[in-house]
This record gives sequence, structure tokens and C-alpha cells, in this order.
Amino acid sequence: MVAIIDYGVGNLFSLRSSLAAIGAESVVTGDADEILRADRVILPGVGAFADARRKLAESGLESAVYRCADSGKPLLGICLGMQLLFERSYEFGEHRGLGLLRGEVVGMAGRIPPELDIPQIGWNALHKTKDSRILSATPEGAHVYFVHSFFAERCGDSLAATAEYGLELTAAVELENVCGCQFHPEKSGGAGLDILRAFCGMEGR
Amino acid sequence: MITKRIIPCLDVRDGRVVKGVNFAALRDVDSPAALAEYYTDCGADELVFYDITASAEGRALFTDILRETASRVFIPLTVGGGINTLDDFGRVLKCGADKVSVNSGAIKNPALIGEAALRYGSQCVVLSVDIKRVDGEFRVFSRGGRDDTGMEALAWIERGVAAGAGEVVVNSIDTDGVKGGFDLELLDAVCSRVRVPVVASGGAGSAEDFTRLFESVPRVSAGLAASIFHFGEVKIPELKRKLRENGINVRL
Repeated sequence: MVAIIDYGVGNLFSLRSSLAAIGAESVVTGDADEILRADRVILPGVGAFADARRKLAESGLESAVYRCADSGKPLLGICLGMQLLFERSYEFGEHRGLGLLRGEVVGMAGRIPPELDIPQIGWNALHKTKDSRILSATPEGAHVYFVHSFFAERCGDSLAATAEYGLELTAAVELENVCGCQFHPEKSGGAGLDILRAFCGMEGR
Repeated sequence: MITKRIIPCLDVRDGRVVKGVNFAALRDVDSPAALAEYYTDCGADELVFYDITASAEGRALFTDILRETASRVFIPLTVGGGINTLDDFGRVLKCGADKVSVNSGAIKNPALIGEAALRYGSQCVVLSVDIKRVDGEFRVFSRGGRDDTGMEALAWIERGVAAGAGEVVVNSIDTDGVKGGFDLELLDAVCSRVRVPVVASGGAGSAEDFTRLFESVPRVSAGLAASIFHFGEVKIPELKRKLRENGINVRL
């Protein structure tokens, strides 16, 4: 059973459907006990960092996320959900993240060449930077779908793949049982389903 | 490197695709979900569903087929047509849409763009603009291209982006239906004014038109078309191969 954490951020319909398409049972839930009972947990998210961070804290689910991470259960952050895993974000101010992974989230503006659009919207190729379980079924150069204006940097050992957009931007991370995708696997066609399948096959610690 | 996107657009009325479609591979050719699946397999990078239903019953059918499609197709799905309120955004996002395109609704109530961006994020607010040349300027038209709003298009687009639109679809009324190519002059003008992705629409008649689009206006992110895909005049796998041969980065 995969628990998709529902803390009032974003549209979880596609994520649920894509898990169903690969035969994985899932539940969209804001209930801490249900999250802790699941075999694996997905932290989704779209929108602004500070808003999502506040909603996660107010929903009381922050401690559930920490307990999942500590228990060794596979945990996958998607898009903003991945960005929340890092130490801090500089999206409109400075905000503390969950700190499960080293690194910080910064804006593309001023860092990528001016001829590139912000946000990055579209399909970009993954460059794997290490062997990871989350990308075990993903070939080098696979295209996945991104929508973002901020990105994680200084991710250290967790960096698993980048995508080139003026810079080599962090695309996927993995450190033990904690992993994340900046892109949307649930919107990345067959390549995305491969990644979700790999996550659903990950053993806990 | 990010790829250029190819986006088929499906007009939907009362839950069925409107324009006749002729694919040997498909039996149920006016089923939006079946067509969406077909296009996804062909390599479409995104899909747009445009709801041209007038009735409330049709609206309910539309959300049903949207839900069905989103449970079978795992590429980005944009919904447009009849989006006038924040509730309209919520209604289609809940059923699996990833982006919502707003056109006349934003002209009637420009605050809608900012309110939707605040509630749902800029990434899902697409400003779609129908544009026609009038008296030597680019003019915004509303109600499906019927009414001249008197607004200058580039200023309106800049305002929409400043308010929070995360993407702009530029529909040229002058080139639409002519099949003589995209409106490169207009697209170049829009791309030089905003930094969000710009989607070109109106005028595609052949694969070469897409090549010319991405070569002449490299800032354009995507090309959108309807009938040439539906009638099989341009096939997406071939189109993408040709683009790749011409040095344009696409997802194959």
C-alpha cells in the first residue's frame, strides 16, 4: 500500500491513477496512522514552498513524514514535495525545509541564461549521476516532464540525476530510503510509470 | 536540453470529439479518451481538451470524460473552454486536468488570472489569447474570435503574465484555418515581451510549418494544432522525426 499524503496541496488524481495503472494500491490520506501503516509514502506538492510548508505543519503530518523517513520506509517527494525534503528554500524569502536531505532550493531567475523561459515547462532528458534504485529501470537520456521555477542545489551524495536547462539542474535525488523527483513521474508517460514502478519495488531499510 | 512540444487539441461537445476523425487504428473515433490514448502512443507531448459545450448537462459529461481520460493517459492535460470562475478551475483540476486555459473569462474578469495563480499555482494557469490584426496593431478578440475587445494584444499578454499566468497560448485568427503556416511575426513579438513559455496555435498545414516555426522563432516552446492531426494530414511520429532531422530537439 502506497500512502499519498494529502495536506491540501495539489491535484492527486493523476498520481493515484498512474499508481493504479502499474497495479499499485494507493490511498490518498491526511491521516497520520494510515500514513505510518503504509509500506511506502509519497509526498506530493505544487505551488509555493512556504504555503506548502505551513500546510504540512498545520495538518500535523510533518511528524508522520519524519517518522516514515526514520523508520526506513521508502519515501518519495515529487516536485515541490521533493523540494520540501531539503534544508531550506529561498523561494520568496528564506524558509526552513524538512532537512531530510542536504541542500537548498533556489530560483532559476538570474542563474540560467536570459533566453530560457521561467518556469521550465516541458520534457527534458535525465542524466544519471549515480546508480540509484529510483532510476534503476530508467535509461540514460529518458525524457520526463518538468514544471518548475525553483530547483535544489548542493544536494551532495543524494544527487541521482540532473537535467540540462542552462545549468545541470537537480532532477532526482536518493539517499537510502528517501528519494525525490523534481519532475512529475505521473505525467511522464511510460518513462514516468517506470520510475513509479521502481519506487513501488524499493525495499525499506 | 528541453524539447519542443507538439500538442494536439481536441474540441469536445457533449462528451464527444467534434471534428470528424479518420484513423484506421481506432474504432470509437469520437471518444476523447480513446483519441487521447492514441495521441499519447503517437508521441504527443501534451493534450488540450477544449470544451465547446453550451449546456450544463454537457459540462457534466465533459468532467466525466476528463476523469476517464486522466485515468488512462499520463501526459499533461490542459482544459479550456467555459472557464470563467475559480470554481471552474477547481472543477476541472479535480477531475485530472493539469493546466487550465482561460481566455474570454479573463477578459471579462482580469482578476481571475491572479486569483487562480494564487490558489492553484501559476504552473496551471494558461492564458489563451485570440489575436487578429486591426488598424496595424495586434488586437485581442473574445468569445471564440467573434468580438473585438479593442485591447492591444502584447500589452494584454504582458499584464496576464505579470498577474500570474505561467504559460501563454497565442492563437492567430489571421492564420487560423489557412494552413499556410504559423503567424511568425506575431509569435516573435509575443516571445520578445514575456519570459514564460509561449505555445503557437493557428495556421499549421504541414510538418514544414512546424520546422519553420521552431527555426524562425526559437523562443516558442510548443506548436498546437487540431484538424491536421485529426485528419491525419500530419502524423505526429513523422512530424517529430522530421523535426529531429532538422536539428530541432524533440522527444521521440
